[in-house]
Amino acid sequence: MTLIDKKLNRRSFLKVSTLAGGGMILSFSWLAGCKPTAEEVLTMPDEWFEINSYIKIGENGAVTLFNPNPEFGSNVKTSLPMLLAEELDVDWKYVFVEQADFYPERFDRQFTGGSQGIRSGWKPLRTAGATARHLIVAAASQAWNVPADEITTNAGTIEHKSSGKKAGYGEMASLAGTLEVPDPESVKLKEIADFKIIGNSKKNVDGIKIVTGKPMFALDHKVEGMKYAAIVHPPAFGMKLKSFDKSSVTSLPGIQDAFEVKVFKDDYSRNFFDTTTFPEIIAIVGNSTWEVLQAKKSLKAEWEKAPESTFPMAGRGGQAMDIKVPEGLENSSSHKEKMAEYITKPGNVLRKDGDPEGAFKSAARVLERTYSAPFLAHNTMEPMNAFADVKGDKAIIYAPTQAPELIRQTISSSLGIPLENVQINLARMGGGFGRRAYSHHLTEAALISQKIQAPVKMVYTREDDMSAGVYRPTYAATYRAALDGNNNLLALHVKAGGIPESPIHANRFPAGAIDNYLAEGWQIESNITIGAFRAPRSNFIAGAEQSFLDELAEEMGKDPIDFRLELLKRAETNPVGENNDYDPKRYAGVLELVREKSNWSSVPNGVSRGVSAYFCHNSYVAEVVDVSIKDNQPVVESVFAAVDCGIVVNPDAAANMGEGAIVDGIGNAFFGEMAFENGAPTKTNFDKYRMIRHSEAPKKIEVHFVDNKEDPTGLGEPLFPPVFAALGNSLYRATGKRLYEQPFQPQIMQMENLRM
Amino acid sequence: MAQFNLNINGNSMNVDVDPNTPLLWVLRDHLDLVGTKFGCGIAQCGACTVHVDGEAVRSCSYPVSVIEDKKVVTIEGLSETGDHPVQKAWLEHDVPQCGYCQSGQIMSAAALLKKNPTPNDEDIANAMNGNICRCGTYTRIKAAVKTASQSL
Repeated sequence: MTLIDKKLNRRSFLKVSTLAGGGMILSFSWLAGCKPTAEEVLTMPDEWFEINSYIKIGENGAVTLFNPNPEFGSNVKTSLPMLLAEELDVDWKYVFVEQADFYPERFDRQFTGGSQGIRSGWKPLRTAGATARHLIVAAASQAWNVPADEITTNAGTIEHKSSGKKAGYGEMASLAGTLEVPDPESVKLKEIADFKIIGNSKKNVDGIKIVTGKPMFALDHKVEGMKYAAIVHPPAFGMKLKSFDKSSVTSLPGIQDAFEVKVFKDDYSRNFFDTTTFPEIIAIVGNSTWEVLQAKKSLKAEWEKAPESTFPMAGRGGQAMDIKVPEGLENSSSHKEKMAEYITKPGNVLRKDGDPEGAFKSAARVLERTYSAPFLAHNTMEPMNAFADVKGDKAIIYAPTQAPELIRQTISSSLGIPLENVQINLARMGGGFGRRAYSHHLTEAALISQKIQAPVKMVYTREDDMSAGVYRPTYAATYRAALDGNNNLLALHVKAGGIPESPIHANRFPAGAIDNYLAEGWQIESNITIGAFRAPRSNFIAGAEQSFLDELAEEMGKDPIDFRLELLKRAETNPVGENNDYDPKRYAGVLELVREKSNWSSVPNGVSRGVSAYFCHNSYVAEVVDVSIKDNQPVVESVFAAVDCGIVVNPDAAANMGEGAIVDGIGNAFFGEMAFENGAPTKTNFDKYRMIRHSEAPKKIEVHFVDNKEDPTGLGEPLFPPVFAALGNSLYRATGKRLYEQPFQPQIMQMENLRM
Repeated sequence: MAQFNLNINGNSMNVDVDPNTPLLWVLRDHLDLVGTKFGCGIAQCGACTVHVDGEAVRSCSYPVSVIEDKKVVTIEGLSETGDHPVQKAWLEHDVPQCGYCQSGQIMSAAALLKKNPTPNDEDIANAMNGNICRCGTYTRIKAAVKTASQSL
């Protein structure tokens, strides 16, 4: 029943595979009863022809498109190939999508982050698709001896109408593959009005694999002879390894070895994404995950306080600079004290328009508020892990990483093998959110494999993952507004900082809308490592700014949407200063759309609502959050989002991404918090680190897109930052209390008899 | 180490492991059934959810020694071709983003619907609260559970 003759042709294979699935009689009646559908025939081309790096076409017309970017859940594996398929002019039904491995010589920008996948793929991938179509047409022109401009294409077929000649792409693919590639500049792209695939929702190409539990993640990878590894890192920031007793674990069942792993070579100049909290860790290697995880608990290790140290960082122009790692075991309470101190001190002036000092002196009233938010852990559901097989001077890595290019340099240096011998295969990531732009886990696995001379799969426990740093920083922002006797806004002052960076985007709204404006920043050094976290800096400053504008509107007796629109009108018609990095009209557009979609002025009974808007990653988002109070607890009833991210490539998937960002924002606003005691994270697993769950998610989310013809911009991040304030502002209306400190939940718990 | 004969997805399977080994790692490392995921190791996130005698359990905290002759079903055994009503509903609503937690979500949803074929919003929230989705697909999960409920 399972005999498959490899030499059989495609139709025979189909026949045999049918036999394997359903037995002889069934398969016979299947063959007798119906012809294979086009899709079934297309599953097995005899031969594939490579048209360009991104596209292969089978002799039967099946099309394989390669997704260049690592997939962490933003659905680039579906939406980037849609760009190729659109211009190639094929039927999406016949398209197979494969994840490209990391191959910088062939693919541009194999990086997932900064919400730039679609924006930066928009022209190159469409051009790649159009070029392939051009080659198919040129091949047909040659084969049929007719002018290329008389040939039309439609859904994978080519036609020369006047001669009645017609063929599938597959019939021209072998010839097309031999033709000279035209100059990309000369290849014509489709008009927006002619799009058939872009703008029409396509299901996740990996949907069936996900819901049936197929191996897709690095953690699912296994090869013959593979060992398993766990790591042990210092228990606190500011600590390092002193010594450990190898024999405390090597006598345990299934344990092969334990050794120290030094992630970097001493003279290696790190790059920006080389952030690693603990450059020296202990690896335990054994025969199964459970055995190495058990051994972790038995490992006897001594840790000591790390003195202040420096490491070389590669700067622009190849000059290395020394980066300082301060000593000390830090505490959240002392962080708060230090931040309170910096709030009162002058900061670094980042932007100044007009005469803010004078305006504050002459003000009848000053509204001043300070907002803060804690460190956050990314907590991707799949913990850090990597598979590595290092043999001689070659390394194969299969791992979840958002940024393979940068870590390849690190791995090459740490292993001491040539860059081109490090092959990184891109696994689907069980979440990224910025965390996997920092890929030290790949280097660690590679070094472990090199040491044991065998393939290895290294996995962090949740505790390792949550306590390994690379957090969203803690921030504080103080906003001041000067008002005259008639409640006119004279000046705005923002001073914001954090540990260890400031969250200010000095040229963003409301800069440009206010005559007298001052932005200052400050930062406090720390040995707690930080990294990009979904919409870095924006994910805090949006909440502070938009909460402040809400309170200011109230002080001025204005509707919060009207007030923002007034400011944006000013920025549009008579902008203040230079380098304002937003388009006030598009900004206003999302506020107007959310006002319409939420039916802003008619608030449902028993519901309180708040609004917020923000611009980041080249996109504009306004959100309205509706909350009610049930059993003394806030319930998020509805969220309305209006988004201007230009042309929406895959609308339903885009809405999914937006819904997720909103849930993520609500979760972090209510609960998100990482704290420290004597350098140690106080939360290391989900029993203490509270994540939003089903019952706390909004009951309803509507994501609306502005319909325009602008080139696409970011989407994975922009819906996240504005939620914090939209939620805070709605909670104010529900409770009568403004919330200045995240997370909100502990303060809500202290409110008695929440008013309705 | 000890020998265990397990009934997994209707098949009889033998493993020789430490009796304390959680079912999760028996499935993943020893039986190559990797659809069941590791998320937290302390039964807090639900990524490792499987069915034991029809009940949704967290396999990361379920030692192999207590399974005995109970019937274990993993995501790989929920249906032969991915056509369980819950799986179909997941595809219809295009629920997954990163996808990592989804086999656990699906197993929890399938166990809920077996007991309560017509759950309301509160029933769904209660049954699914042990499954974290870091990507935040909760509203789609709720919609998919309702769709699955209608097609039972």
